[in-house]
Amino acid sequence: MNNIKTNVRGKAIKYGDNVDTDVIIPARYLNTSDKKELASHCMEDLDKNFTKIVRVGDLMVAGKNFGCGSSREHAPIAIKESGISLVIAKSFARIFYRNAINIGLPIIECPEAAEEIESGDEVGMDFDSGVIYNFTKNKTYTAAPFPPFIQSIITAGGLINAVKSDMFGER
Amino acid sequence: MPMTMTQKILAAHAGLESVRAGDLVLANVDMVLGNDITSPVAINEFERLGQKKVFDKEKISLVMDHFVPNKDIKAAEQCKRCRDFAGEMGIVNYYDCGEMGVEHALLPEKGLVTAGDVVIGADSHTCTYGALSAFSTGVGSTDMACGMATGKAWFKVPSAIKFVLTGSLSPWVSGKDVILHIIGKIGVDGALYKSMEFCGEGVSALSMSDRLCMANMAIEAGAKNGIFEYDEKTEEFLRQVGAKPARVYKADPDAEYDEVIHINLSEITPTVAFPHLPENTRTFEDMEEIAIDQVVIGSCTNGRLEDLIAAAEILKGKKVAKGVRTIIIPATQKIYLEAMEMGLLKIFIDAGAAVSTPTCGPCLGGHMGILAKGERAVATTNRNFVGRMGHPESEVYLASPAVAAASAVTGRITHPKEVMV
Repeated sequence: MNNIKTNVRGKAIKYGDNVDTDVIIPARYLNTSDKKELASHCMEDLDKNFTKIVRVGDLMVAGKNFGCGSSREHAPIAIKESGISLVIAKSFARIFYRNAINIGLPIIECPEAAEEIESGDEVGMDFDSGVIYNFTKNKTYTAAPFPPFIQSIITAGGLINAVKSDMFGER
Repeated sequence: MPMTMTQKILAAHAGLESVRAGDLVLANVDMVLGNDITSPVAINEFERLGQKKVFDKEKISLVMDHFVPNKDIKAAEQCKRCRDFAGEMGIVNYYDCGEMGVEHALLPEKGLVTAGDVVIGADSHTCTYGALSAFSTGVGSTDMACGMATGKAWFKVPSAIKFVLTGSLSPWVSGKDVILHIIGKIGVDGALYKSMEFCGEGVSALSMSDRLCMANMAIEAGAKNGIFEYDEKTEEFLRQVGAKPARVYKADPDAEYDEVIHINLSEITPTVAFPHLPENTRTFEDMEEIAIDQVVIGSCTNGRLEDLIAAAEILKGKKVAKGVRTIIIPATQKIYLEAMEMGLLKIFIDAGAAVSTPTCGPCLGGHMGILAKGERAVATTNRNFVGRMGHPESEVYLASPAVAAASAVTGRITHPKEVMV
């Protein structure tokens, strides 16, 4: 299984249900939009160790309603800037979902994978097939693909590039 | 194809005869909103688009409310960025210190939203305007940037839960208790990706303040929007604030709903959400004694005049308990002025409360009332997540203005009737 093609691959860092944007990036740090500074406080009120252990390419795995609460785009920005390559959850809060798509942070809903993957597992995903690989447990999971409209935003590299390429028609 | 209220508004704004749940549509927006936290990120993205002007100078609102009056140098820089952008682009609805208010109290008051509108705002509580029978929803800064540039936004058409309201509210019960009751019932993801549509004879028994408060917290059940049926009270409100003519969309009688939930307003009693989720609701029948250190009355949820009147009714002639810091924040300058003219501010100050200029401040742990480790607050705000109002080991209990005021008097979470005998 180790030779399989994946778009992302890394160690899983796992959290529970209802991880809100206030713990992803506390409001006391929202007096800046500097990505590196935001990343330096990512997950601080939930897991003080996160910024110490996260490595570029790691995956975040969580339960239901990930990213609930505030609309702050600073939350997916902080996660992306921390080096997280993919967030897998049982479900996402809707504003976080669209923000992640819009800024080009890959996220995927897959309840089975989110349930079984444990912190420290080596995990990867092939975006074309929607298959998630757990190399540690030697298991695979299949996530539902994105609708074509959303896939086109992802392919463009986020909403700004999609709008630049005239997705919204004449400006 | 029968449609819900929300689906009809989205279809009309996407130039389509009909839409169904799950469709992805590109819709024209009537208003794009941002604040001093989310707008700077949006302005960066707007510039990255290479855009030289906004789609419509009158259909963008920038409200400096979160860390305003500027709490530190960085906050001041963020506001300056917004101010410069507003000036450069000629944005008409730019509200800064001295004329601003908490955004979701301010826009309805200024008549900037009307029934049938599509509103996007880079603030999750943008769903508030559903009280005016508009489709309004929170988005992020990138959506805001693209909205400012194109006047459009993409939406996945939501399915809906229908809430049929009957009866009327008992004394000491408000819209806040109703929405907390509903969130307690369906959970913080109970309406995830969906509309919450409020209808039934009970709607007419709710004031516009109650409706604004309830629609405001639709996001706390995960909803895309919360929307109320249009009636005479909506019409009267929109007339008073001088809003544009309403476009009234009624749900088709045979519209499909994922679920229909009946709520008898007469049965609801004062409700409090315990830490650390708005769904952890309790009523006074099953509540132990909880001592508190701070009370906050204000925010986009409960900083309206009716909320201040409810608090003043309880605080009149009384003192807040020793050691309970009571902070009252009128949501807009107009509300502040009206509260002053009505003598409410004198009641608050006589009672030993601090009264502040409008700001979101403490609600999100920004400034103007941050909690220390281990402290507890009763707040009329909307979220009680870990660290929301300060230290990660502090606690926030969400309640109505009446419960918050009664709790300020006793120093513990208290039913209003206890102090009003």
